[in-house]
Amino acid sequence: MPKGKFNYRLVIFLIAIIFGVGFSMPTFLQSEKGAKIALGLDLQGGLHMLLGVQTEEAIKSKVKSIASSIKFFAQSGDIIIDDFRIDEEVLSLTLLDKDEEKKLDEMLKTISGLQVSKESLHYTLSLNDKEKELIREYAITQAVETIRNRLDQFGLAEPNVAKQGNDKILVELPGIKTAEDEQRARELIAKAAHLQLMAVDEKRKDRVNTMSPTEAAQYGDVILADARSEQVRHILKEIPVLDGSMLSDAKVSFSEMQQPVINFTLNSEGAKIFGDFTANNIGNRLAIVLDNKVYSDPVIRERIGGGSGQISGGFSVKEAHDVAIALRSGALLAPVTLLEKRSIGPSLGADSIQASLMALVSGFLLVSVFMLFYYRIAGIVANIALIVNLFLLISIMALFGATLTLPGMAGIVLTIGMAVDANVIINERIRELLRQGMPMAQAIDRGYENAMSAILDSNITSIITSVLLYVYGTGPIKGFAISTAIGISVSMLTAILGTHGIYQFFMPRIEKSKNLSLWFGLKRSY
Amino acid sequence: MEFFPHHKIYDFMKMSRFFIATTLSLALLSVILFFTQGLSYGIDFSGGTIVQLKYEQKAPIDQIREDLAKDKMFSGALITEFGSPEEVQIRFASTSGNVSEDVGDKVRAMLRETGKFDVRKVDIVGPKVGGELREKGIMAAILSMLGIMIYVAFRFEWTFAVASIITLLHDVALTIGVLILFNVEMSLDVLAAILTLIGYSINDTIIIYDRIREELKSTKDMNLMHIINTSVSKTLSRTILTVMTVFFVVFTLYIFGGEIIHGFSFTLLLGLIIGSYSSIFISAPFLKVLGFSVEDYKNKIALKEKNRIEKNKMRSMYEKGTV
Repeated sequence: MPKGKFNYRLVIFLIAIIFGVGFSMPTFLQSEKGAKIALGLDLQGGLHMLLGVQTEEAIKSKVKSIASSIKFFAQSGDIIIDDFRIDEEVLSLTLLDKDEEKKLDEMLKTISGLQVSKESLHYTLSLNDKEKELIREYAITQAVETIRNRLDQFGLAEPNVAKQGNDKILVELPGIKTAEDEQRARELIAKAAHLQLMAVDEKRKDRVNTMSPTEAAQYGDVILADARSEQVRHILKEIPVLDGSMLSDAKVSFSEMQQPVINFTLNSEGAKIFGDFTANNIGNRLAIVLDNKVYSDPVIRERIGGGSGQISGGFSVKEAHDVAIALRSGALLAPVTLLEKRSIGPSLGADSIQASLMALVSGFLLVSVFMLFYYRIAGIVANIALIVNLFLLISIMALFGATLTLPGMAGIVLTIGMAVDANVIINERIRELLRQGMPMAQAIDRGYENAMSAILDSNITSIITSVLLYVYGTGPIKGFAISTAIGISVSMLTAILGTHGIYQFFMPRIEKSKNLSLWFGLKRSY
Repeated sequence: MEFFPHHKIYDFMKMSRFFIATTLSLALLSVILFFTQGLSYGIDFSGGTIVQLKYEQKAPIDQIREDLAKDKMFSGALITEFGSPEEVQIRFASTSGNVSEDVGDKVRAMLRETGKFDVRKVDIVGPKVGGELREKGIMAAILSMLGIMIYVAFRFEWTFAVASIITLLHDVALTIGVLILFNVEMSLDVLAAILTLIGYSINDTIIIYDRIREELKSTKDMNLMHIINTSVSKTLSRTILTVMTVFFVVFTLYIFGGEIIHGFSFTLLLGLIIGSYSSIFISAPFLKVLGFSVEDYKNKIALKEKNRIEKNKMRSMYEKGTV
């Protein structure tokens, strides 16, 4: 019996087999160690959301905080400002004393991106376009950071938060199992967590129930609802004393009544403002406002140093916990809206996995049985290449950390059909040469040579479409593009190089054999 | 095993006259259908909301309709069975931009009386995103055709590139025509299937073109009709065999892949058949229609070869130091 002939093609193919089997094991065995293919949201269930960021709100709130600091500056420097107003993105104020003009002008110069226009002592302030653009950009990156932070603290496995395009945020939460968890996650994401400490307008508080919001605005006031009841309303100075950007920590604890409350601590700047304000406003009330709802409005009895406060207001323990997370990770500078949402229950994912595995196995069986009957040994060789192709495809996807989606599964199934294409082309070429009476050994080598350009050209065009599908596709479609692109590339290694190596290994035997039917399924010898 | 008589040369050129005329007019008809009746776009492209439920028993569709009619949000909602009698799909055009509210919770609350069920899927696509997805999809289709055209022009000849693009346009138009006829909804998956079929159909075409290129180089025959007939006949077994293997797997995907992937696998099946048909009867014969000249091609190759030899000669002379 002639011995097999080792050749470089076979060696590469054997390495590919070891590589393929080795690196696909973690995926098959679902072991803890090693790179595995992660299942996409559509297969394991989970939540996919595309959020839009309302950046113009960030600009408005920036204008508001500029207003707060001007007010604080004026108060601490005994500068008297009259008619201080915010109209959307524009601030206006009038200075009473001309002597203080220089002081104010210098202070305004320190605020970056501020456009100042003056008519004698009447100031109109707004942000320039460059500053607005910066704020917009920052609002998005900050929202991405904040949402990521919140979800990390919420304790979900591998949340994915990423900026998409110029003004969108992609949030993917795999493995959310219950509707309640999903609800909490969504609320946590959407919560502005905008904490404001605002002074109660003591002069007009009795008229709160009769005053319209427009009238209140004329006095520089704003009317907000109580957190516990929509009917209870509060009239507050629109420009807040300070806001959540000066917060350094927030924790849940329990009041004497065993109610969950949130204790917050301010940073040093916030603590100073808070201390000064409370010292100057003893006997007045200070409202604690979270997301435009008033949680409490205690009377200030003395100067409060140290910069800590408390939000109480009938939270459940879970709510308090989530609010504290939101406060700690910072306020969203701009509110987010839902542009796209896809939520898939785990049972649907399991069904999809089962269905596509079924398709994969039966597709594979059909193709390999067909190849076996049509080409005999050449069919077996092609089937070996096909199996190795699948192992390699899974390994490479695992190593690249690709996620497997339902269309990705379809891509793998399709790869089975496409990968044997190369072998069909080669075998048909070999058969053609055999019919012309060429000896088998020579026909094999020539067959590979002749088939090469067709296989290369056709595979390259397929890869061109896969790449474009990846670039322009979204979500699961990208998965389809990845699996077909990898599958086709790998097939060039397995179906061309690998099978050729196998034939070369058996060459001594092939040269002796004249049985064209056994080797290539030809009907009779020529 | 052999399916095909291997020495027979079929007269595809003769047949193709009839086929080109028929299917190109069908493709044209599809285009007209596309602009008059139009595709029905799924929520991926038109925006909207889909909620999918699975009941433990047969879904009480009438009662679901009745209960949901109480809320304005669901007015005009399409409530249908989905895949099996236990499963229901609720579809409507409006979308909610509020992150913390969920239409799934709402449905759960409103249908509490109708029996035990599970909300399996909630898809909300805002109108803005839908428009973007559609733009991107069209972009991908156009770019992949351009990419293929450039590649084919580079590897073959411009006539081949033009013929292949006409074939692809024909394939896409026909497929879309059938989708309209069968009322298949255009979704992201179906779009992916169409893009795959572009890649697949060009595969078949290129195998045939490759053979034509080979024949052009090897034969002394100057008759394009003969060359095309020979090339298509010689690749016929490969074309049919590959289509069969791919057809097997896509068919299993269609049967076992579940309702979600139905549109995708249906489109692929369709594309497979149309794609290999057009490769045989349109792509190669169209070279003749476009006036491809065997003589010019051979002259060009001869010239190239001459230039190459000349260049080599110059180089060797240069290396020897005679120039």
